[in-house]
Amino acid sequence: MSALVIRDLHKRFGSVGVLKGINLDIDDGDFTVLVGPSGCGKSTLLNIIAGLETASSGEIVIDGKVVNTIAPKDRDIAMVFQTYALYPSMTVRQNITFGMECRNVPKPQREEAVARVARLLQIEPLLGRKPAQLSGGQRQRVAMGRALVRDPKLFLFDEPLSNLDAKLRVEMRMEIKQLHARIGATIVYVTHDQIEAMTMATRIAVMHQGEVQQFADPETIYNRPANVFVARFMGAPPMNTVPARIASGQVVVGDVRLPAPPAAAGWEGREVILGIRPECIAEPTRQFGEAGTPGIRIMAPVELTEPTGAETIVVLRMGGEKVLGRVAPDIRLTVGATAAFAIDARKICLFDPQTERLIA
Amino acid sequence: MAGLRRVPEFLVIWVPLLIASGQIVVFTAWTTWLSFTPSTLMPTDGFVGLRNYTSVLATRNWKIAFDNLLIFGSGFVVLTMLTGLVLAVLIDQRIRGENVLRSIFLYPLAVSFVVTGTVWSWLLNPGMGIQKLVNDLGWSGFRFDWLVDRDMAIWTIVVAGIWQSSGFAMALFLAGLRSVEADLIKAAQIDGAGPWRLYTRVILPTLWPIMIAVLVILLQTAIRTFDLVRALTGGGPGIATQLPSLVVYDFMFQRGQLGRGAAAAVLLLLTLLAVLLPYAIWKRVQARRAANA
Repeated sequence: MSALVIRDLHKRFGSVGVLKGINLDIDDGDFTVLVGPSGCGKSTLLNIIAGLETASSGEIVIDGKVVNTIAPKDRDIAMVFQTYALYPSMTVRQNITFGMECRNVPKPQREEAVARVARLLQIEPLLGRKPAQLSGGQRQRVAMGRALVRDPKLFLFDEPLSNLDAKLRVEMRMEIKQLHARIGATIVYVTHDQIEAMTMATRIAVMHQGEVQQFADPETIYNRPANVFVARFMGAPPMNTVPARIASGQVVVGDVRLPAPPAAAGWEGREVILGIRPECIAEPTRQFGEAGTPGIRIMAPVELTEPTGAETIVVLRMGGEKVLGRVAPDIRLTVGATAAFAIDARKICLFDPQTERLIA
Repeated sequence: MAGLRRVPEFLVIWVPLLIASGQIVVFTAWTTWLSFTPSTLMPTDGFVGLRNYTSVLATRNWKIAFDNLLIFGSGFVVLTMLTGLVLAVLIDQRIRGENVLRSIFLYPLAVSFVVTGTVWSWLLNPGMGIQKLVNDLGWSGFRFDWLVDRDMAIWTIVVAGIWQSSGFAMALFLAGLRSVEADLIKAAQIDGAGPWRLYTRVILPTLWPIMIAVLVILLQTAIRTFDLVRALTGGGPGIATQLPSLVVYDFMFQRGQLGRGAAAAVLLLLTLLAVLLPYAIWKRVQARRAANA
């Protein structure tokens, strides 16, 4: 059963199309992340799902019911905001129970619900405080508590972690993921951070210019990106995309030749775009995959190195094209000199240079 | 401009500031001193203790003026804030022509109290204003003569004061309403708060620092009101709409009793301080609390 279905959704502001035909089908219990650069329409989409904005055309179906004309409060949803949006004049307890107060839920029931959520999120000692007396992480928890207490069909998160500092963000990321695993809720989560998307989601919808570029599980998104935009948006550092040519069953970039995947057969002799992840370009002794296959050895001049501690990002010229590689931190590379690298050709992607879509 | 020699900044700021604050301090001190002297037409030396104060406080004039101040002050402040708040909430609904309406409501502020008073005195004059208009339209029994009614005349001043100041209150409230976080309103919508609950529980509580500022500004406007009454009723009928500031004027320049006038002025100053000092202390406490948070 689909918890949320979006059919051919359009949103126009005047003559500007913000959302251009969105189709999504989200299953019960899915953790769906809408990810994309700012201005891609992801927050507008979330607001339309919540009922805070209206769609120009198209349908939103929550739990089998078309909700286009239904008010936000009757859509059986809860939302967590980037700014937390806690009511400043109310205590944490009142913040959590305000929704029930509006629905005239009897007091004993409210108290019970608060107690349950406070225990779940470990915010019992904070219940009497005002939002101004809380730290960023605590406010985040209270905002989640306000959503959880509703026990809705659908949770909506609007960039909830972007106001936290880096350390806290990682902690909360794990907590939200654990929470999802524990209560099995259906979540739609908006973020511009592709790491958040990769780590938390069961399904990712990559959005760009008002369209869903690809809607798939994280592994597919990462390894088989539907087009060049998805390839370059997901992953840090991004996937290398360089012009190449298919010749006698091989992908040719300058003097570098890699075995072409079988699906590229129809492209013999034509131009393509080669996509290769930086982690597929490593030091020559590296063995790839569970079988420990050695890579294809190439020689390439080193242009720049960026040690991050855990690894070193290296800018090199592969067949004349500038690409990024990731080598072990103890490998010494001299800038300007030529060094040997191993390439893992099993996971290369090929894109059509005209449409930028994945070929193979 | 290039040829002009630059004036040092401290001259621009400090000289006018010193002159202005010197004026305030010197004349306040002088008035206070006068209030303890037996001065009549001209300031004279001598010390009479609190005699001026006791005799001012004993006059019927002062008693009426002070009662009027209580009625006018509370009526004016409460009703102006309410009107301003209602206007601000209505305009906040993103209605069409918002800018025009906002200007219309703000305009009275640009008019001086003397003009407000004069115009309203015409409007409320039974012989030429609203009453005559309605009578001439055929409803000859209509009476609207608050201006000449001893008990109601003070309310004409309240009405004119509200007309003048509610636009100002509206502008401040509207700014406050507009600075409420958009997410807060969205959250309340999802929580299922209707318009009434949205305003009373979520939006208005965030407005109370602005409310206190408006309250204090209006209160001190009320306490030192002079020109409005002077132009609208002249303190009449009789002394029915007398206010303390008019009593000060009356003692000093009509009756030639400088000492008593000064005493009344000092009493007025003390009333003002009773409003402003708690506000200043509250501001300071707020600032300290913010610094600690």
